[in-house]
Amino acid sequence: MSGLAQRLGAIQYDAQGRLRHLLTLEGLRRETLEELFTLADSLVEVGARSVKNVPLLRGKTVVLLFFEASTRTRTTFEIAAKRLSADVVTLDVPASSTSKGESLLDTIANLQAMQTDAFVVRHADSGAAHLIARNVAPQVAVVNAGDGCHAHPTQALLDLYTIRQRRGSLAGLKVAIVGDVLHSRVARSQLAGLHLLGVSDIRLVGPATLVPQRLAQLGARVCHDPREGLADVDVVMMLRLQRERMAGGFVPSDREYFELYGLTETALTVAKPDALVMHPGPINRGVEIASAVADGGRSLILPQVTNGIAIRMAVLAQTAGRGADTDA
Amino acid sequence: MPETTRLTLRGGRVINPASGTDAQLDVHIEGGRIIGLGAAPDSARGQIIDVAGHWVLPGLVDLSGQVGSPDALSRGELLAAAAGGITQLAVAPRVDAGLDSPAVIGRLRDGARALGLLRLAPIGALTAGLCGEQLAELGLLRRAGCRLVGQGGQPIGARVLRRAFEYARGHDLTVVVDAEDAQLAAGGCMHEGAVSAQLGLTGIPVAAEVAALSLALALATTCDTRIHLHGLSSAAGVALLRAAKGAGLPVTADTPIWNLHYTDLDIGAYDPAFHLRPPLREAGDRAALREALADGTLDAVCSDHRPYDGEAKRQPFARCAAGVAGFEALLPLILDLVQGGGLPLPRALAAVTSGPAAVLGDGGRLAVGALADLCVVDPGRAWTVDASTWHSGAQCTPVWGRTLRGRVLLTLLGGQAVYRLQEPADGR
Repeated sequence: MSGLAQRLGAIQYDAQGRLRHLLTLEGLRRETLEELFTLADSLVEVGARSVKNVPLLRGKTVVLLFFEASTRTRTTFEIAAKRLSADVVTLDVPASSTSKGESLLDTIANLQAMQTDAFVVRHADSGAAHLIARNVAPQVAVVNAGDGCHAHPTQALLDLYTIRQRRGSLAGLKVAIVGDVLHSRVARSQLAGLHLLGVSDIRLVGPATLVPQRLAQLGARVCHDPREGLADVDVVMMLRLQRERMAGGFVPSDREYFELYGLTETALTVAKPDALVMHPGPINRGVEIASAVADGGRSLILPQVTNGIAIRMAVLAQTAGRGADTDA
Repeated sequence: MPETTRLTLRGGRVINPASGTDAQLDVHIEGGRIIGLGAAPDSARGQIIDVAGHWVLPGLVDLSGQVGSPDALSRGELLAAAAGGITQLAVAPRVDAGLDSPAVIGRLRDGARALGLLRLAPIGALTAGLCGEQLAELGLLRRAGCRLVGQGGQPIGARVLRRAFEYARGHDLTVVVDAEDAQLAAGGCMHEGAVSAQLGLTGIPVAAEVAALSLALALATTCDTRIHLHGLSSAAGVALLRAAKGAGLPVTADTPIWNLHYTDLDIGAYDPAFHLRPPLREAGDRAALREALADGTLDAVCSDHRPYDGEAKRQPFARCAAGVAGFEALLPLILDLVQGGGLPLPRALAAVTSGPAAVLGDGGRLAVGALADLCVVDPGRAWTVDASTWHSGAQCTPVWGRTLRGRVLLTLLGGQAVYRLQEPADGR
């Protein structure tokens, strides 16, 4: 699969080898991730200041283009862009031209004609960010804020960054990704990022309808028994159970899912005592995670959100801020 | 050229897979038909075209391609077919162009005749409006000239399909069965496997093909109906076909040219030129299809020409239309398999001439008395697929920008030149 990863990743670098877009973690260089983490280290304290901004994107226009509902991701991107001093426009897609029949690429072309510098895009279709990136002008950056079931690279970056913050390094860790992996763009990006950072023991845990065996080809061990999947792990990365998918018969009920696959304190006993618990949110308490675990001492759910702003600042600074005309 | 005028194609290598002929022969044509192969049948002289060094082949027969609707045939796409050497094309019913009444069949044939570029063989609708519930007027469709009937990719339940098989047999119709179970394929846009898992796209499992073929073959066994399996894409499908043929079932099958060349890996970073139906599957499937083509298990290779472009392809992968332009790539891509080894030339050419013609019950041969539907090909000529060489209105094709080898120089339909390659100014 490395050839495919390279093809997915190649478009993300410009001719000088600098990060132009962030569409997926597949095919990225490891040093690119390290650079983003280092930059995030320097930006994370901006939020603690009384004047919470730096001039890295002053004069730049960033358009947040959310074709799919999202509160957390959109808000953190908006805060991140503003803390970089960018002019930020959030497009209300349901009221926009696309709902009047305008195509995705026509919408992009029109916004680009308004001299925008970066698009942050959330779309329900896998590959939408790649499509946009192939069709924007050379000076425009595209950041994928989640495309279909394919990728959510900034979420994965903030997850990896949060682990790195707590453990110093990811090398040698055992990581379980638990839940609806089949439909999860977060899981795919987490997998790509974990591989990139040298994590080899990765388990995908869930029922066979949500974690089919073919997902093992992504480079992880598929476990349908949570006791096996969580055994001795350092990190448990939970995924939201996408209830809307249940109508398709993926799992019989919330109750059965929670009984068999929900992350409870009991289920966690097989993991390492200091195992980290993560969740990209929004969480379904009592469906995929018990409140006691979500709010417990091992939970990193809120630090993830805080780190999300620093990571997104780093990504926007690296992509939209590249070039000689920045104030960086 | 009036039909009564004599025309001789002189000095070409005549390859006729239907008879096994492969020899340097003159081809004499008069009145729209071949009147002699080799020595001139009498002393009368007519126009002579020197085709020495080139191949003379039966006009290609394509079992799957779209050229507009019965009321709005696309001259441009028909010309693209002629430029690909295709002289006969089977047209499947579509929801927006349902071929479910004799009147519509008549309009389609009349339209094609008026344009005079190609013979169209309508595949009649199996059910009224392709709704999969009520049988179409199959007997009347047969009377109107349809030899094949099918669902054009629309779903149909097992019970109605069984009735259709039984009824079709009584009218000497061949039923075209699409190699995809609609329910199992629902929502899918590519092969279900490692690549779909990585791209986060909903896959179409091989089981969808196995289920459709298994049901059709089971029904064919009990109904003794002639069936044609359209769009095989998998090794498992090939295995079922081979077993059915081995058991003596009256079954034929085709695969699109794309599935013999590409795999799901070619989708790469969501390239819409590889969004196809049936989907591109894995290397093992491609190898099985090639083997089945070489040993004759597969009867035909089709272009599956679906000329989508513009907005239809400028969408995220799953939303863009499935299908690409292919008429002009069919012959060069088949010849590429010969050059690559493993596929004998006679088999390759049979798969685009006599094989599909046998399914349609007409054409695909060079013989005295047969219609002079043929093409002259320069097998060694390399050409790059670009706007200056491509006739289809759609540029979305896996071969765009590629250099292909093998070019149609001339296509005759009933002895009339319907396509002639325009030489570049430098006379190359």
